[in-house]
Amino acid sequence: MSVTTTELEAGFDATVHRGDRIEPRDWMPDGYRRTLVRQIAQHAHSEIIGMQPEGGWITRAPSLRRKAILLAKVQDEAGHGLYLYSACETLGVSRGELTDNLIEGRQKYSSIFNYPTLSYADVGTIGWLVDGAAICNQVPLCRTSYGPYGRAMIRICKEESFHQRQGYELLMTMMRGTDEQRAMVQESVDRFWWPALMMFGPPDDESPNSAQSMAWGIKRNGNDELRQRFVDMSVPQAAALGVTLPDPELRWNPERGAHDFGEPDWTEFMAVVRGNGPCNAQRIAHRRRAHEAGAWVREAATAYAASLASADLGVPAPTSADASQRETGVRA
Amino acid sequence: MTNDVRAEWPLYEVFVRGKRGLNHVHVGSLHAADDDMALRHARDVYTRRNEGVSIWVVQSHLIAASSPDEKDPMFGPSNDKVYRHPTFYEIPDNVPHM
Repeated sequence: MSVTTTELEAGFDATVHRGDRIEPRDWMPDGYRRTLVRQIAQHAHSEIIGMQPEGGWITRAPSLRRKAILLAKVQDEAGHGLYLYSACETLGVSRGELTDNLIEGRQKYSSIFNYPTLSYADVGTIGWLVDGAAICNQVPLCRTSYGPYGRAMIRICKEESFHQRQGYELLMTMMRGTDEQRAMVQESVDRFWWPALMMFGPPDDESPNSAQSMAWGIKRNGNDELRQRFVDMSVPQAAALGVTLPDPELRWNPERGAHDFGEPDWTEFMAVVRGNGPCNAQRIAHRRRAHEAGAWVREAATAYAASLASADLGVPAPTSADASQRETGVRA
Repeated sequence: MTNDVRAEWPLYEVFVRGKRGLNHVHVGSLHAADDDMALRHARDVYTRRNEGVSIWVVQSHLIAASSPDEKDPMFGPSNDKVYRHPTFYEIPDNVPHM
Protein backbone atom coordinates (compact mmCIF):
# COMPACT_ATOMS: atom_id res chain seq x y z
CA MET A 1 0.00 0.00 0.00
CA SER A 2 2.19 2.83 -1.21
CA VAL A 3 1.44 6.44 -0.48
CA THR A 4 1.96 8.88 -3.33
CA THR A 5 4.01 12.05 -3.02
CA THR A 6 0.86 14.09 -3.61
CA GLU A 7 -0.80 12.46 -0.61
CA LEU A 8 2.30 12.98 1.53
CA GLU A 9 2.47 16.60 0.45
CA ALA A 10 -1.21 17.11 1.26
CA GLY A 11 -0.63 15.66 4.73
CA PHE A 12 2.37 17.93 5.24
CA ASP A 13 0.46 21.02 4.07
CA ALA A 14 -2.46 20.16 6.35
CA THR A 15 -0.16 19.84 9.37
CA VAL A 16 1.48 23.21 8.65
CA HIS A 17 -1.90 24.81 7.96
CA ARG A 18 -3.31 23.60 11.29
CA GLY A 19 -0.36 25.29 12.99
CA ASP A 20 0.97 21.90 14.13
CA ARG A 21 4.70 21.27 14.12
CA ILE A 22 6.63 19.12 11.67
CA GLU A 23 8.92 16.68 13.49
CA PRO A 24 12.19 15.12 12.25
CA ARG A 25 10.84 11.76 11.10
CA ASP A 26 7.81 13.22 9.29
CA TRP A 27 7.78 13.35 5.51
CA MET A 28 8.65 16.84 4.25
CA PRO A 29 9.22 18.38 0.80
CA ASP A 30 12.90 18.54 -0.26
CA GLY A 31 12.68 22.32 -0.59
CA TYR A 32 11.42 22.65 2.98
CA ARG A 33 14.31 20.54 4.26
CA ARG A 34 16.86 22.49 2.19
CA THR A 35 15.49 25.85 3.30
CA LEU A 36 15.59 24.80 6.95
CA VAL A 37 19.12 23.44 6.71
CA ARG A 38 20.27 26.70 5.11
CA GLN A 39 18.49 28.92 7.64
CA ILE A 40 19.27 26.93 10.81
CA ALA A 41 22.92 26.41 9.77
CA GLN A 42 23.31 30.12 9.06
CA HIS A 43 21.77 30.86 12.42
CA ALA A 44 24.05 28.38 14.23
CA HIS A 45 27.14 29.72 12.46
CA SER A 46 26.11 33.26 13.48
CA GLU A 47 26.10 32.26 17.14
CA ILE A 48 29.52 30.61 16.85
CA ILE A 49 31.14 33.43 14.85
CA GLY A 50 29.29 35.89 17.11
CA MET A 51 31.55 34.84 19.99
CA GLN A 52 34.52 36.53 18.32
CA PRO A 53 33.66 40.27 18.27
CA GLU A 54 32.98 40.28 22.01
CA GLY A 55 35.36 37.50 23.01
CA GLY A 56 38.28 39.80 22.29
CA TRP A 57 37.15 42.11 25.12
CA ILE A 58 37.02 39.43 27.84
CA THR A 59 40.62 39.97 28.89
CA ARG A 60 40.18 43.75 28.70
CA ALA A 61 36.92 44.10 30.61
CA PRO A 62 37.23 47.00 33.08
CA SER A 63 36.17 45.06 36.19
CA LEU A 64 35.78 41.52 37.45
CA ARG A 65 31.99 42.02 37.38
CA ARG A 66 32.02 42.99 33.70
CA LYS A 67 34.42 40.16 32.89
CA ALA A 68 32.19 37.55 34.55
CA ILE A 69 29.15 38.90 32.67
CA LEU A 70 30.96 38.88 29.34
CA LEU A 71 32.27 35.35 29.90
CA ALA A 72 28.75 34.14 30.66
CA LYS A 73 27.39 35.87 27.58
CA VAL A 74 30.00 34.44 25.22
CA GLN A 75 29.47 30.99 26.76
CA ASP A 76 25.72 31.38 26.09
CA GLU A 77 26.48 32.09 22.44
CA ALA A 78 28.46 28.85 22.20
CA GLY A 79 25.46 27.11 23.79
CA HIS A 80 23.04 28.73 21.33
CA GLY A 81 25.20 27.55 18.46
CA LEU A 82 25.08 24.00 19.84
CA TYR A 83 21.27 24.00 20.27
CA LEU A 84 20.94 25.10 16.66
CA TYR A 85 23.50 22.66 15.26
CA SER A 86 21.57 19.88 17.03
CA ALA A 87 18.31 21.08 15.46
CA CYS A 88 19.98 21.21 12.05
CA GLU A 89 21.37 17.68 12.44
CA THR A 90 17.84 16.30 12.84
CA LEU A 91 17.43 17.16 9.14
CA GLY A 92 20.12 14.69 8.12
CA VAL A 93 23.31 16.79 7.96
CA SER A 94 26.27 16.01 10.20
CA ARG A 95 28.06 18.36 12.56
CA GLY A 96 31.28 17.82 10.64
CA GLU A 97 29.66 18.84 7.36
CA LEU A 98 28.24 21.97 8.96
CA THR A 99 31.62 23.01 10.37
CA ASP A 100 33.22 22.31 7.00
CA ASN A 101 30.57 24.37 5.21
CA LEU A 102 31.27 27.31 7.50
CA ILE A 103 35.05 27.33 7.23
CA GLU A 104 34.98 26.64 3.50
CA GLY A 105 32.55 29.54 3.00
CA ARG A 106 29.72 27.41 1.55
CA GLN A 107 27.28 28.56 4.23
CA LYS A 108 26.93 32.08 5.56
CA TYR A 109 26.48 33.70 8.95
CA SER A 110 24.92 37.04 9.90
CA SER A 111 26.90 39.85 8.29
CA ILE A 112 26.73 41.93 11.50
CA PHE A 113 29.65 39.89 12.88
CA ASN A 114 31.90 41.08 10.07
CA TYR A 115 32.06 44.51 11.70
CA PRO A 116 34.89 45.14 14.17
CA THR A 117 34.50 45.93 17.89
CA LEU A 118 36.74 48.98 18.20
CA SER A 119 35.92 50.14 21.72
CA TYR A 120 34.62 48.65 24.94
CA ALA A 121 31.35 50.53 24.40
CA ASP A 122 30.76 48.16 21.47
CA VAL A 123 30.16 45.35 23.99
CA GLY A 124 27.22 47.36 25.31
CA THR A 125 25.97 48.39 21.88
CA ILE A 126 26.06 44.81 20.62
CA GLY A 127 23.98 43.74 23.61
CA TRP A 128 21.48 46.53 23.17
CA LEU A 129 21.12 46.82 19.37
CA VAL A 130 22.51 43.61 17.87
CA ASP A 131 20.98 41.27 20.45
CA GLY A 132 17.88 43.48 20.46
CA ALA A 133 17.49 43.00 16.71
CA ALA A 134 18.18 39.29 17.13
CA ILE A 135 15.39 39.06 19.72
CA CYS A 136 12.95 40.76 17.29
CA ASN A 137 13.88 38.17 14.67
CA GLN A 138 13.88 35.22 17.03
CA VAL A 139 10.75 35.61 19.14
CA PRO A 140 8.44 34.83 16.17
CA LEU A 141 10.68 31.86 15.28
CA CYS A 142 9.66 30.17 18.55
CA ARG A 143 6.44 29.32 16.63
CA THR A 144 8.21 28.17 13.46
CA SER A 145 6.72 25.09 11.83
CA TYR A 146 9.75 22.84 12.39
CA GLY A 147 9.61 21.47 15.95
CA PRO A 148 13.33 21.17 16.80
CA TYR A 149 14.04 24.68 15.47
CA GLY A 150 11.19 26.20 17.49
CA ARG A 151 12.32 24.43 20.68
CA ALA A 152 15.90 25.69 20.20
CA MET A 153 14.55 29.22 19.69
CA ILE A 154 12.49 29.12 22.90
CA ARG A 155 15.59 28.23 24.89
CA ILE A 156 17.65 30.89 23.12
CA CYS A 157 15.07 33.65 23.58
CA LYS A 158 14.93 33.01 27.33
CA GLU A 159 18.68 33.58 27.56
CA GLU A 160 18.90 36.41 25.04
CA SER A 161 17.04 38.81 27.32
CA PHE A 162 20.02 38.79 29.69
CA HIS A 163 22.27 39.70 26.76
CA GLN A 164 20.26 42.75 25.82
CA ARG A 165 19.81 43.99 29.37
CA GLN A 166 23.49 43.65 30.31
CA GLY A 167 24.39 45.65 27.20
CA TYR A 168 21.92 48.43 27.91
CA GLU A 169 23.01 48.60 31.56
CA LEU A 170 26.65 48.82 30.47
CA LEU A 171 25.81 51.76 28.19
CA MET A 172 23.76 53.47 30.93
CA THR A 173 26.75 53.18 33.25
CA MET A 174 29.03 54.77 30.66
CA MET A 175 26.50 57.55 29.99
CA ARG A 176 26.63 58.43 33.69
CA GLY A 177 30.43 58.69 33.42
CA THR A 178 32.70 61.28 31.77
CA ASP A 179 32.19 63.23 28.54
CA GLU A 180 34.74 60.96 26.96
CA GLN A 181 32.75 57.86 27.92
CA ARG A 182 29.52 59.40 26.58
CA ALA A 183 31.30 60.16 23.32
CA MET A 184 32.46 56.53 23.14
CA VAL A 185 28.86 55.33 23.47
CA GLN A 186 27.57 57.73 20.79
CA GLU A 187 30.39 56.79 18.40
CA SER A 188 29.64 53.11 18.93
CA VAL A 189 25.89 53.57 18.35
CA ASP A 190 26.67 55.54 15.17
CA ARG A 191 28.67 52.60 13.81
CA PHE A 192 26.22 49.83 14.76
CA TRP A 193 22.80 51.36 14.04
CA TRP A 194 22.73 50.75 10.28
CA PRO A 195 24.31 47.29 10.37
CA ALA A 196 21.74 46.38 13.06
CA LEU A 197 18.90 47.43 10.70
CA MET A 198 20.44 45.28 7.97
CA MET A 199 20.20 42.22 10.25
CA PHE A 200 16.55 41.86 9.20
CA GLY A 201 17.64 41.16 5.64
CA PRO A 202 16.80 42.93 2.39
CA PRO A 203 13.38 44.55 1.80
CA ASP A 204 10.61 41.97 1.31
CA ASP A 205 10.30 42.56 -2.44
CA GLU A 206 14.01 41.78 -2.87
CA SER A 207 14.17 38.86 -0.46
CA PRO A 208 14.26 35.77 -2.69
CA ASN A 209 13.21 33.13 -0.14
CA SER A 210 10.77 35.05 2.06
CA ALA A 211 7.43 34.23 0.42
CA GLN A 212 8.00 30.47 0.30
CA SER A 213 9.36 30.46 3.87
CA MET A 214 6.22 32.23 5.07
CA ALA A 215 3.99 29.76 3.19
CA TRP A 216 5.78 26.88 4.90
CA GLY A 217 5.44 28.53 8.30
CA ILE A 218 9.22 28.70 8.72
CA LYS A 219 9.13 32.48 8.89
CA ARG A 220 6.20 34.19 10.55
CA ASN A 221 6.84 37.86 9.67
CA GLY A 222 8.33 39.79 6.77
CA ASN A 223 11.74 41.47 7.01
CA ASP A 224 10.30 45.00 6.74
CA GLU A 225 7.68 44.40 9.43
CA LEU A 226 10.31 43.18 11.90
CA ARG A 227 12.68 46.03 11.00
CA GLN A 228 9.88 48.53 11.70
CA ARG A 229 9.14 46.86 15.03
CA PHE A 230 12.82 47.13 15.98
CA VAL A 231 13.03 50.83 15.06
CA ASP A 232 9.87 51.62 17.06
CA MET A 233 11.27 49.77 20.09
CA SER A 234 14.72 51.34 19.87
CA VAL A 235 13.75 55.02 19.59
CA PRO A 236 12.48 55.44 23.19
CA GLN A 237 15.38 53.31 24.46
CA ALA A 238 17.86 55.64 22.73
CA ALA A 239 16.10 58.65 24.24
CA ALA A 240 16.27 57.14 27.74
CA LEU A 241 19.94 56.46 27.21
CA GLY A 242 20.63 59.98 25.92
CA VAL A 243 22.09 59.02 22.53
CA THR A 244 20.96 60.02 19.06
CA LEU A 245 20.37 57.49 16.29
CA PRO A 246 22.34 58.45 13.14
CA ASP A 247 19.40 58.81 10.76
CA PRO A 248 18.26 62.33 9.73
CA GLU A 249 15.03 60.88 8.29
CA LEU A 250 14.02 59.20 11.55
CA ARG A 251 10.81 60.75 12.87
CA TRP A 252 7.43 59.76 14.29
CA ASN A 253 4.66 59.47 11.72
CA PRO A 254 1.32 59.93 13.52
CA GLU A 255 -0.67 58.76 10.49
CA ARG A 256 1.10 55.40 10.36
CA GLY A 257 1.47 55.21 14.12
CA ALA A 258 5.10 54.27 13.51
CA HIS A 259 8.49 55.84 12.86
CA ASP A 260 9.60 56.74 9.36
CA PHE A 261 13.26 56.01 8.83
CA GLY A 262 15.94 56.06 6.14
CA GLU A 263 16.98 53.25 3.83
CA PRO A 264 20.02 51.22 4.92
CA ASP A 265 22.87 51.11 2.40
CA TRP A 266 22.00 47.85 0.64
CA THR A 267 25.10 48.07 -1.55
CA GLU A 268 27.21 47.85 1.57
CA PHE A 269 25.03 45.00 2.84
CA MET A 270 25.52 42.97 -0.34
CA ALA A 271 29.27 43.65 -0.30
CA VAL A 272 29.54 42.34 3.29
CA VAL A 273 27.38 39.31 2.48
CA ARG A 274 29.63 38.54 -0.51
CA GLY A 275 32.67 38.51 1.78
CA ASN A 276 34.00 42.04 1.50
CA GLY A 277 33.16 43.30 4.99
CA PRO A 278 35.85 44.62 7.31
CA CYS A 279 36.36 41.31 9.17
CA ASN A 280 35.06 38.43 6.97
CA ALA A 281 38.47 36.87 6.33
CA GLN A 282 39.61 37.31 9.93
CA ARG A 283 36.47 35.67 11.38
CA ILE A 284 36.72 32.58 9.19
CA ALA A 285 40.49 32.28 9.63
CA HIS A 286 40.03 32.34 13.41
CA ARG A 287 37.29 29.71 13.30
CA ARG A 288 39.41 27.49 11.06
CA ARG A 289 42.41 27.86 13.36
CA ALA A 290 40.35 26.97 16.43
CA HIS A 291 38.88 23.94 14.65
CA GLU A 292 42.23 22.65 13.43
CA ALA A 293 44.02 23.32 16.71
CA GLY A 294 41.30 21.29 18.47
CA ALA A 295 41.72 18.26 16.21
CA TRP A 296 44.13 16.46 18.56
CA VAL A 297 41.67 16.86 21.46
CA ARG A 298 38.85 15.30 19.43
CA GLU A 299 41.13 12.46 18.33
CA ALA A 300 42.49 11.84 21.85
CA ALA A 301 38.98 11.72 23.33
CA THR A 302 37.88 9.28 20.62
CA ALA A 303 40.93 7.07 21.25
CA TYR A 304 40.32 7.15 25.00
CA ALA A 305 36.67 6.19 24.56
CA ALA A 306 37.71 3.35 22.23
CA SER A 307 40.23 2.07 24.76
CA LEU A 308 37.58 2.10 27.51
CA ALA A 309 35.17 0.24 25.24
CA SER A 310 37.74 -2.44 24.41
CA ALA A 311 38.58 -2.79 28.11
CA ASP A 312 34.89 -3.47 28.75
CA LEU A 313 34.94 -6.20 26.13
CA GLY A 314 37.67 -8.45 27.50
CA VAL A 315 40.41 -6.97 29.62
CA PRO A 316 39.90 -8.08 33.25
CA ALA A 317 38.66 -5.45 35.68
CA PRO A 318 41.20 -4.10 38.17
CA THR A 319 41.71 -6.44 41.16
CA SER A 320 41.38 -5.32 44.75
CA ALA A 321 45.18 -5.30 44.95
CA ASP A 322 45.25 -2.74 42.11
CA ALA A 323 42.62 -0.70 43.90
CA SER A 324 44.55 -0.60 47.18
CA GLN A 325 47.68 0.41 45.25
CA ARG A 326 45.74 3.23 43.70
CA GLU A 327 44.51 4.31 47.10
CA THR A 328 48.07 4.37 48.44
CA GLY A 329 49.00 6.39 45.39
CA VAL A 330 46.31 8.94 46.14
CA ARG A 331 47.40 9.28 49.76
CA ALA A 332 51.02 9.71 48.74
CA MET B 1 41.10 17.65 7.08
CA THR B 2 37.82 16.36 5.75
CA ASN B 3 38.65 12.83 6.92
CA ASP B 4 39.03 13.61 10.59
CA VAL B 5 35.86 15.67 10.48
CA ARG B 6 33.97 12.54 9.40
CA ALA B 7 35.10 10.56 12.45
CA GLU B 8 32.44 12.17 14.62
CA TRP B 9 31.71 11.60 18.24
CA PRO B 10 28.44 9.75 18.74
CA LEU B 11 25.19 11.65 19.24
CA TYR B 12 23.58 11.58 22.68
CA GLU B 13 20.07 12.56 23.78
CA VAL B 14 19.89 14.55 27.01
CA PHE B 15 17.15 14.34 29.67
CA VAL B 16 17.02 16.73 32.63
CA ARG B 17 15.06 16.50 35.88
CA GLY B 18 14.09 20.12 36.56
CA LYS B 19 13.64 19.62 40.29
CA ARG B 20 12.89 16.87 42.75
CA GLY B 21 9.47 15.38 42.14
CA LEU B 22 9.49 15.92 38.36
CA ASN B 23 10.23 13.49 35.53
CA HIS B 24 13.38 13.70 33.48
CA VAL B 25 12.40 15.50 30.29
CA HIS B 26 14.13 15.42 26.92
CA VAL B 27 15.89 18.76 26.37
CA GLY B 28 18.04 18.16 23.29
CA SER B 29 21.10 16.38 22.03
CA LEU B 30 24.86 16.72 21.80
CA HIS B 31 27.98 14.93 20.63
CA ALA B 32 30.48 13.37 23.04
CA ALA B 33 33.20 10.73 22.88
CA ASP B 34 31.84 8.77 25.84
CA ASP B 35 29.19 8.78 28.57
CA ASP B 36 31.22 10.82 31.06
CA MET B 37 31.94 13.52 28.52
CA ALA B 38 28.28 13.52 27.47
CA LEU B 39 27.25 14.24 31.07
CA ARG B 40 29.77 17.06 31.40
CA HIS B 41 28.79 18.60 28.10
CA ALA B 42 25.11 18.25 29.00
CA ARG B 43 25.74 20.20 32.19
CA ASP B 44 27.46 23.01 30.26
CA VAL B 45 25.03 23.13 27.35
CA TYR B 46 21.66 22.51 29.04
CA THR B 47 21.95 23.55 32.72
CA ARG B 48 23.77 26.90 32.83
CA ARG B 49 20.95 28.48 34.85
CA ASN B 50 19.84 25.92 37.46
CA GLU B 51 17.63 24.11 34.95
CA GLY B 52 18.18 20.77 36.60
CA VAL B 53 19.12 18.58 39.55
CA SER B 54 19.81 15.41 37.58
CA ILE B 55 20.83 14.54 34.02
CA TRP B 56 20.43 11.36 31.95
CA VAL B 57 22.27 10.86 28.69
CA VAL B 58 21.83 7.99 26.25
CA GLN B 59 23.31 7.37 22.83
CA SER B 60 20.64 8.33 20.30
CA HIS B 61 20.91 5.08 18.33
CA LEU B 62 19.90 3.11 21.43
CA ILE B 63 16.44 4.69 21.51
CA ALA B 64 13.68 2.68 19.85
CA ALA B 65 10.91 4.87 18.47
CA SER B 66 7.51 4.32 16.88
CA SER B 67 7.36 5.21 13.22
CA PRO B 68 5.46 8.36 12.25
CA ASP B 69 4.02 6.45 9.26
CA GLU B 70 2.24 4.06 11.59
CA LYS B 71 0.57 6.90 13.42
CA ASP B 72 -2.96 5.67 12.85
CA PRO B 73 -2.59 1.94 13.53
CA MET B 74 -0.32 2.65 16.52
CA PHE B 75 -2.58 5.07 18.35
CA GLY B 76 -5.90 4.18 16.78
CA PRO B 77 -6.98 1.77 19.55
CA SER B 78 -7.05 4.56 22.14
CA ASN B 79 -8.91 6.97 19.86
CA ASP B 80 -12.25 5.20 19.77
CA LYS B 81 -12.54 4.36 23.46
CA VAL B 82 -14.20 7.45 24.78
CA TYR B 83 -15.53 5.45 27.74
CA ARG B 84 -11.99 5.56 29.18
CA HIS B 85 -12.48 9.22 30.01
CA PRO B 86 -14.42 10.42 33.08
CA THR B 87 -16.41 12.93 31.00
CA PHE B 88 -18.08 10.00 29.17
CA TYR B 89 -20.32 9.41 32.20
CA GLU B 90 -23.20 11.68 33.01
CA ILE B 91 -23.74 12.19 36.70
CA PRO B 92 -26.49 14.51 38.00
CA ASP B 93 -25.26 17.87 39.30
CA ASN B 94 -26.67 17.22 42.76
CA VAL B 95 -24.32 14.30 43.41
CA PRO B 96 -21.39 15.74 45.39
CA HIS B 97 -17.66 14.91 45.30
CA MET B 98 -17.78 13.15 41.93
